[in-house]
Amino acid sequence: MRRRARKPRNLTIAATFGKARCMICVGFFPSREPFSMSLTRAQVEAIAHLARLQITEAQMPVYVDSLSRIIDFVEQLSAADTSGVDPMAHPLADQVQRLRPDEVTEADRHEKFQHNAPSVAAGLYLVPKVIE
Amino acid sequence: MEWETVIGLEIHAQLATRSKIFSGSATAYGAAPNTQANLVDLGYPGVLPVLNVEAVRMAIRFGLATGARIARRSVFARKNYFYPDLPKGYQISQYERPVVEDGSLEIVLDDGTRKSIGITRAHLEEDAGKSLHEDFHGLSGIDLNRAGTPLLEIVSEPDLRSAKEAVAYMKKIHTLVRYLGICDGNMQEGSFRCDANVSVRPQGQPEFGTRAEIKNLNSFRFVERAINYEVERQIELVESGGKVVQETRLYDPDRGETRPMRSKEEANDYRYFPDPDLLPLAIDDAMIESARAGLPELPDEKAARFVRDFGLSDYDAGVLTSSRELADYYETVVGRLGGQPKLAANWVMGELSGALNKDNLEVAQSRVGAESLAGLLARIADDTISGKIAKDVFEAMWTEGRDADAIIEAQGLRQITDTSAIERAIDEVMTGNPRQLAEYRAGKDKLFGFFVGQVMKATQGKANPAQLNELLKRKLGG
Amino acid sequence: MSLHTQSVAELAAGLASRQYSSLELTLHFLGRIERLGPDLNAFVTVTADRALEDARRADATRARGEGGRLTGVPIAQKDIFCTDGVLTTCSSRMLSTFVAPYDATVVERWKAAGTVLLGKTNMDEFAMGSSNETSFYGPVKNPWDPARVPGGSSGGSAAAVAACLVPAASGTDTGGSIRQPAALTNLTGIKPTYGRVSRYGMIAFASSLDQAGVLARSAEDAALLLGAMAGFDPRDSTSVDVPVPDYAAELGTSLEGLRVGVIREFFDKGLDPAVGALVQAALDVLRARGATIREVSLPALPLSVPTYYVVAPAECSSNLSRFDGVRFGHRCDSPRDLRDLYERSRGEGFGDEVKRRIMTGTYVLSAGYYDAYYLKAQKVRQLIAADFARAFAEVDVVAGPTSPTAAFGLGAKTSDPITMYLNDIYTIGANLAGLPAISIPCGFVTEGGRDLPAGLQLVGPHFSESRLLAASHQYQQLTDWHRRVPPGFE
Repeated sequence: MRRRARKPRNLTIAATFGKARCMICVGFFPSREPFSMSLTRAQVEAIAHLARLQITEAQMPVYVDSLSRIIDFVEQLSAADTSGVDPMAHPLADQVQRLRPDEVTEADRHEKFQHNAPSVAAGLYLVPKVIE
Repeated sequence: MEWETVIGLEIHAQLATRSKIFSGSATAYGAAPNTQANLVDLGYPGVLPVLNVEAVRMAIRFGLATGARIARRSVFARKNYFYPDLPKGYQISQYERPVVEDGSLEIVLDDGTRKSIGITRAHLEEDAGKSLHEDFHGLSGIDLNRAGTPLLEIVSEPDLRSAKEAVAYMKKIHTLVRYLGICDGNMQEGSFRCDANVSVRPQGQPEFGTRAEIKNLNSFRFVERAINYEVERQIELVESGGKVVQETRLYDPDRGETRPMRSKEEANDYRYFPDPDLLPLAIDDAMIESARAGLPELPDEKAARFVRDFGLSDYDAGVLTSSRELADYYETVVGRLGGQPKLAANWVMGELSGALNKDNLEVAQSRVGAESLAGLLARIADDTISGKIAKDVFEAMWTEGRDADAIIEAQGLRQITDTSAIERAIDEVMTGNPRQLAEYRAGKDKLFGFFVGQVMKATQGKANPAQLNELLKRKLGG
Repeated sequence: MSLHTQSVAELAAGLASRQYSSLELTLHFLGRIERLGPDLNAFVTVTADRALEDARRADATRARGEGGRLTGVPIAQKDIFCTDGVLTTCSSRMLSTFVAPYDATVVERWKAAGTVLLGKTNMDEFAMGSSNETSFYGPVKNPWDPARVPGGSSGGSAAAVAACLVPAASGTDTGGSIRQPAALTNLTGIKPTYGRVSRYGMIAFASSLDQAGVLARSAEDAALLLGAMAGFDPRDSTSVDVPVPDYAAELGTSLEGLRVGVIREFFDKGLDPAVGALVQAALDVLRARGATIREVSLPALPLSVPTYYVVAPAECSSNLSRFDGVRFGHRCDSPRDLRDLYERSRGEGFGDEVKRRIMTGTYVLSAGYYDAYYLKAQKVRQLIAADFARAFAEVDVVAGPTSPTAAFGLGAKTSDPITMYLNDIYTIGANLAGLPAISIPCGFVTEGGRDLPAGLQLVGPHFSESRLLAASHQYQQLTDWHRRVPPGFE
């Protein structure tokens, strides 16, 4: 098996801050500010923590900007008239959950599964100590 | 200042299905780590949940038994948070539309009054795995065997007003889920867990005080102690000018106190949303009626029947119906005896329960079966042996495993009911104790017991007590 | 005609009549992949040994007189499908060493049909992207112009099939990730009805939108391969228990009387006029064969992109929480504590677009924002579905361009996420409503001295795949855009 050599990822976002090419028109293509701050840094930090994602100091302003743009963009939804409309639970409206019989169908395959696990001992997955 | 305690209980009952709620892995307790965790339980990329029908049926049974409303459509939701024993990073639970709502259960208080406790909701969800903290040098070991086991989370209204009420409610639920066959109630193994929400407020104040949640109380005794401690703590805190903080606490049984949980530094935003991998759960009339038809006689019904048919007190009926196994045992005894319900009740609640407790056995493991016990009680009823001797026989039955008749025969324990034999024994005792005889006849009535004892000794305890009493009275009277 | 420019149908016939063996075929394609693959960067893993095994087995099956139409036909799987014993990466550092311990249903079914697995194709990381530029393994090049993107997220599958490195490949489509790359690379790409194909083993991005499908060089090929992957799967609760028609057998349905609705909202200022003209010409072809064309309006459709960019990130933020460095996947070195384990494993393992979407999703689900964003978006989604339903009361299919432009340059749209998101403007509606949709080649525009393909999109009501495939097949009998091969790859 041959695998592709890894190429460095493209981080041009910071470089074109505020000068994004955009298509401006009504309907599908709403006009946008070139720079947006609808989310604060504190909010982005809180979100990153909730999502357990480490964002470095250098990356933070980029994420604040791009997330703000995205939230600004989806703000359009607030103008839609959805009075009396139910949220869509599933694309296929009449389907209900299938119920499976109460049977044991699985055999023990933990060795196969743990073969590639990052850290295992005595059949247990190891993590830094959990404090109660 | 008069304080009122307000308690709500959240009980997690592990449902006794063979396989897990969303996967076909086994749920049996005690397997080697991670040998009962398949790809779905491990939260591997690409896997999907499929719902176990029996978990749904069990939830329906609980709803019917508590007079609750069974939702025709209920929804599974994801509760999102990160913890090593939660492989997907979310727990599949139910949030806005649970399967069971608005039930109730009656408890009996110490003074005999009955109180109805509301059950806000009961919903289905999956259990998490376990963290093991010893032996790993600063690391914790995660076992996901338990991850995916079905749970029924039962939430009470904050209707409980004391630790005793809370325990009574918890015991009632415990009995009920075992009666229904939906949970084995084994608190040591973690199949029945209780969290208590406790708050206090000045008597007469309509608003609730801030509550603290005490987690994972796994015995009735701990629940009572933890609540009592927490109530004290909160009252002291408020009376000294402090404020109760809404937080999660753990009960430390060694110190007898509750402490805040260190790991929950900030309130979690669970970001509940309907799980897109599962479709709405539809329950139709047929499913509900089928569950209803399969319901056993419930504890309250059975206790009422015992009171009615066997003439037992409420208390005795309550004890005997505290488990289905005990109630069935009792009824078998009465059936075999062809009557004598009170005698049977005394023995089942007394000697039998004592022996079971001493040897730490369940009713099902009793060394004396219901038929055997009935055999022993029959010998009391037909005067073959006295009640006192019967206790010795029972002990022998318990340790040796033989039946009553065999032991009575082998040890020659038959009661003496022959009047002349008893009279002879009385005569001998009277002759041998002239001083006591004179004192008794002179008015010292309490010496009667002395003579009873002497005759019993002379007959190796086998004199029929009723006859002995009657004859002795006559003879001593002169 | 060379082996590699033949369609799946033609190869199946060739194998059946013993013109060549599966082994010959497989070696031929593996050779092309070796020579031409690296420059395109279409593959993450080439499963050469496995392919040869599959081929030999297929030949033995045919020799016994057994097997089906697809026995011995080489295919590729998008690297989002778990493949037992094979690296399955989702083009992410997070899974760069993940060898899947099981086969996805899609993989099982194509395997059961006797196909030969040539490899796992490159994609946008965790299927998030419209240009295949977010891959940990580097961008994929469009065989029609290597300075341009092939589209995404199934860019690797598209490039591989378009360059004739493999006759057909699987893809997944959450917001257009099969159809848009198909349009940008001159392929036929079909996304079936939601629930038509099992999602078991398909690494989840947005659970209520994801569907597996096919990228191929013709509607007939797509019909054959979709038929082999579709059908009820008890392991997927959202899988629908509806029988799978014999799509290939139903391709002959004529265009006569087909009622086509042209979506007014699609012919907007954002559409490249040259692409628009090609789509109109394609509609003329249909009209000439007896289809009736009329305009339909789906007024909520312009909200489909913001709706999608609330719903999809919300679902993915939860779906990707399982990647925590504990049981599989990337783990950071020497985690200091639990929080560090999670934050660094995930911070290092995921690329920027993935992190952006996880954070967007976390935000729109969070306390205080759920109603305004997630709940609102799910209501607008209902409006969009209702618009389609209303249209389908009047017409059999709705039509329009697949993509607002032809293939754009590498790096041209990576500076602002919204610009990239708008590439899916015409495709997203079908995902939101769970409808089947197909993109077929309808001609070429010229840009920078290069001929670049454009796609016509047809969307139908639930479970109307037969009609979509038949209409596409009839169109492909009347045109030969789909037969063109990029220069240098003939």
